[in-house]
Amino acid sequence: MIVAVASGKGGTGKTTVSVNLARAIDKEILLLDCDVEEPNAHIFIQGKPIKQHTVNVPIPKVKEDLCKECGECAKICEFNAIVSFNTVPLIFPELCHSCGGCIKVCPEKALFEIDNPIGELRFYKNGKISLIEGRLKIAHPMAPPLIKSLKKHIDPQKLVILDAPPGTSCPVIATLKGSNFIILVTEPTPFGLNDLKLAVETVLELDIPFGVIINKNEPGKSIIDEYCQEKNIPILIKIPNQRRIAEHYSKGKILVDVAPEYKNLFIDLWQQVQKLAKNSTL
Amino acid sequence: MEKQKIKEIVILSGKGGTGKTSLTASFAALQKKQAVLADCDVDAANLYLLLHPNIQKKQPFVSGKLAQIRQDDCTACGLCQEYCRFDAVIKQSNPSRDTFRIDPIDCEGCGVCVHFCPVSAIDFKEQECGEIMFSSTQYGPMVHAKLHIGAENSGKLVSLVRKYAREVAKEKKLDYVIVDGPPGIGCPVIASLTGSSFVIVITEPTLSGLHDFERILQLINHFKIPSALLINKWDLNPEVASQIKELGQKQKCLLLDSIAYDQSFTEAQLKLQPVVEINKELHDRLELIWEKIIENIH
Ligand code: SF4
Ligand code: SF4
Repeated sequence: MIVAVASGKGGTGKTTVSVNLARAIDKEILLLDCDVEEPNAHIFIQGKPIKQHTVNVPIPKVKEDLCKECGECAKICEFNAIVSFNTVPLIFPELCHSCGGCIKVCPEKALFEIDNPIGELRFYKNGKISLIEGRLKIAHPMAPPLIKSLKKHIDPQKLVILDAPPGTSCPVIATLKGSNFIILVTEPTPFGLNDLKLAVETVLELDIPFGVIINKNEPGKSIIDEYCQEKNIPILIKIPNQRRIAEHYSKGKILVDVAPEYKNLFIDLWQQVQKLAKNSTL
Repeated sequence: MEKQKIKEIVILSGKGGTGKTSLTASFAALQKKQAVLADCDVDAANLYLLLHPNIQKKQPFVSGKLAQIRQDDCTACGLCQEYCRFDAVIKQSNPSRDTFRIDPIDCEGCGVCVHFCPVSAIDFKEQECGEIMFSSTQYGPMVHAKLHIGAENSGKLVSLVRKYAREVAKEKKLDYVIVDGPPGIGCPVIASLTGSSFVIVITEPTLSGLHDFERILQLINHFKIPSALLINKWDLNPEVASQIKELGQKQKCLLLDSIAYDQSFTEAQLKLQPVVEINKELHDRLELIWEKIIENIH
């Protein structure tokens, strides 16, 4: 089973939920940090990576002696990653989507592919949690290929938790697609509500069952409760707004380790997720 | 006559939740109508919630194409599936004849299938990916945008918002553009950084915040843009706060100030106002910070 933890904006507590859920379940868990632009889960899992490797994507390179300067490669490229003014083409690796179009279209077979590093995967292990983190190379713009290569490590027989990037655009879709359940984390503020609405739209488009966690919750009924009630969205758990929780987080501590009274909250979360994910597949 | 040089100040945070938008709105309120406001967090735009823009003009953001197979013309040869590197072509096996269709979520818009389809059965149309809005607010003009759910090309949209904001600044003879930037370090962030005059990073003293700050600084320095640092909620973890300061100092990122955790950030948000409108002390402090920012832009 694959459970993704997402939110419309950053800083709502996705990583907190991911690592605490992983810890509270007390089974072998595979945690994938798909927030490859700013990966943070390793801070909580701690320790050094046990292994790491580079992720490459193919990009074109030209064999200048074969190139007849016809410019066909530039014509097919939708991303302006290869340009030619009837000259030997210029290639812009950071714009290339690795579609292979230019390679296939070149009548002289003057293009071939080389590896372009876009980031790396780092593997960590702490107790029953195995963490694999994607880490985008600085100044490389495109996260989705790295997320996809990270997700190749998913073992459908195992419990997998995906810590998603914030937002609603392509890196988020690349993460959420194919998961069995999505946990949306939000805060009871106008920004929280605004971003939750966008996240809900995204998840509805993907047609994956989901529920909401209200983080930094204050007693009483919030605008998030009202919205979820109106839309019939299950609220899974509420995490109280306590400075102590924020302080533990700031030190990179897993809440259920240092404050075991919260363990039941995450066990409860896990039970609800299992139930809701199952009901929807029946 | 000297040519007007518009200065673009980009506000980033690495990730959300550091008070970036509240502070951007506050600077918007403090800058005495010398600036155009540009919300480049096109994925999850929130600035409008605090600035209440009056939308004067909207225009669609058209960018990127998607492939679609015309079933009547398709001969089911399967070449598109073989050529597509994004597994976007889905084959449905039927007893009479297989059918092929393209999943719009997976399609990268590369057009390889379109080009090579032997019977030209694949359409390739531009997509409307979002909307750009030109507005007025009580603090000055604003350009903002909304990217459609799951749409690609957020980087392009960010570049357009910035371009239009500069045009508005030129037309209205304003000196500054204040850009509320997106989270992360990927394409929309790169698009909001390149060619800008000054970057302000709003961070909070958590180990995650420190790590995010480190990565975003690497990016900013990669593009050689002068930067400054503002630590929000410093008292949450003074030790990490000083680690952040040290890192900033080493990397030539100017320290603007450290602000303590203040409940009025949340209160102001609930009232849908910039925090400087409800807290006099913060107002005066942020005014000094804004002056310091202006002094350091050359
Ligand atoms: S592989 Fe595709 S995206 Fe890259 S340069 Fe060639 S045509 Fe352009
Ligand atoms: S346009 Fe490119 S990504 Fe889309 S279906 Fe065709 S080959 Fe695949």
